[in-house]
Amino acid sequence: MDQLSVNHLLGIKELKKEDIELIFSTADNFKDVINRPIKKVPSLRDITVANLFFENSTRTKLSFELAEKRLSADTVNFSASGSSVKKGETLIDTVNNILAMKVDMVVMRHASAGAAKFLSENVNSVIVNAGDGAHEHPTQALLDAYSIREKLGSVKGKKVVIVGDILHSRVALSNIFCLKKLGAEVMLCGPTTLMPKYIAELGVIIEHDLLKALQWCDVANMLRIQFERMDTKFFPSTREYVMQYGLTKEKLQRAKKDIVVMHPGPINRGVELSSDVADSDNSIILDQVENGVAVRMAVLYLLASKIKR
Amino acid sequence: MKAKGFFYNLGTMQPKVIINSKAFKLTLKRLCYQLIEQHDDFSDTVLIGVQPRGSILGERIQQELKNIAKIDVPLGKLDITFFRDDFRRTEKPLTARATEINFQIENKKVVLVDDVLYTGRTIRAAMDAMLVYGRPSSVELLVFVDRRFTRNLPIEATYVGRSVDSIDSQRVSVEWAKTEGEDKVLMFSTDKEK
Repeated sequence: MDQLSVNHLLGIKELKKEDIELIFSTADNFKDVINRPIKKVPSLRDITVANLFFENSTRTKLSFELAEKRLSADTVNFSASGSSVKKGETLIDTVNNILAMKVDMVVMRHASAGAAKFLSENVNSVIVNAGDGAHEHPTQALLDAYSIREKLGSVKGKKVVIVGDILHSRVALSNIFCLKKLGAEVMLCGPTTLMPKYIAELGVIIEHDLLKALQWCDVANMLRIQFERMDTKFFPSTREYVMQYGLTKEKLQRAKKDIVVMHPGPINRGVELSSDVADSDNSIILDQVENGVAVRMAVLYLLASKIKR
Repeated sequence: MKAKGFFYNLGTMQPKVIINSKAFKLTLKRLCYQLIEQHDDFSDTVLIGVQPRGSILGERIQQELKNIAKIDVPLGKLDITFFRDDFRRTEKPLTARATEINFQIENKKVVLVDDVLYTGRTIRAAMDAMLVYGRPSSVELLVFVDRRFTRNLPIEATYVGRSVDSIDSQRVSVEWAKTEGEDKVLMFSTDKEK
């Protein structure tokens, strides 16, 4: 396979296993490119990309922007604060106005689930989902799986536990789809209140004891507690959450095995992850960030190749 | 071409062997001797094969130079996919391959190696891609087959294995013992003319 089966990247759910493998093999080449003295290739020099971030982001926005620039694409950036969205303009109007300025691709983050799909059905452009509400964050899942593949050789047959706030996490859902498609075993671990109903139907194991989960897994992907999405109390206190679900050196040692520790960022140090674990040799958090640029370059390159002149 | 007479069908028959394995060996040797003439002890010279097929020729040249003159010339493999000028212009998407250049090319004499020189666009892209690794003191081009009169760009080879006259609808393919089982150069003709 040398072409993606989709025209937009809306979620991992729509991708085939072969699509993911194609993205990874292309990302290998781009990882080589970004480690050269001149980190830039001219492939997308006639493409303009709009980065529309209706929700806050540091890593993803920077990562996408770097990926675009290293492919020589022209970029325009937009963030909802300080824009006409505050004056009441609708999403379709905002995007169509931007597209009227001859933009070829749109990278969008939005607080509403399904915003990317909605846009792909209503505007004439290639849409890349950079996170939509608590639904999907496809590029994060791709770079997570890519980092596991890089660290452990392959994803197939590996045991991955996703720990923490599953309920509010788009990273968790995309990761489940991605890892399952690549043949990994997935376990979710967190308090019952932060576990979505019926999630086990996606073929994942549910575990509420972090120590048991650590003994089972090869990789622990720690999620951030998304306080900003919590309208009510989901656990008695942060201190109690840390005691039960915070990953510390001591808990890692009790598992008596080498576990790869991942985190999609931003880390709440001392909550889901203690500092000594985040900065330890087990942690591949900064590799994830580096791979993020390569994976996003691959996604943009493969999608752009489908835009006909 | 609407008329499908006897003469037109001739073209779709067996590909023509334009260099057989015996001549192939001689040509390869001759190219190496030409390189030795120009590059003396190869102290500042590096070979860069254009992926995928040019690097196979690069490996053969490197091996042959070892056999003839006991010289070990560094060989790099250069992928040009992201530097091509036909991105989004072809039906078939471009698939990238690995670039392996484990040496500096700054102030080196670079010999770019490719199997067939056709429009010259690949070599244009290769020169762009190569500059990422430094500024060479000179760049030469070695090709096994030069298809004359088909150039789109003002690019010519320094060392040529064999020049052939061909038209656009024909295809020239260099086959290797390593990949296809036998060293030879074939010319394919199709009856669809452009």
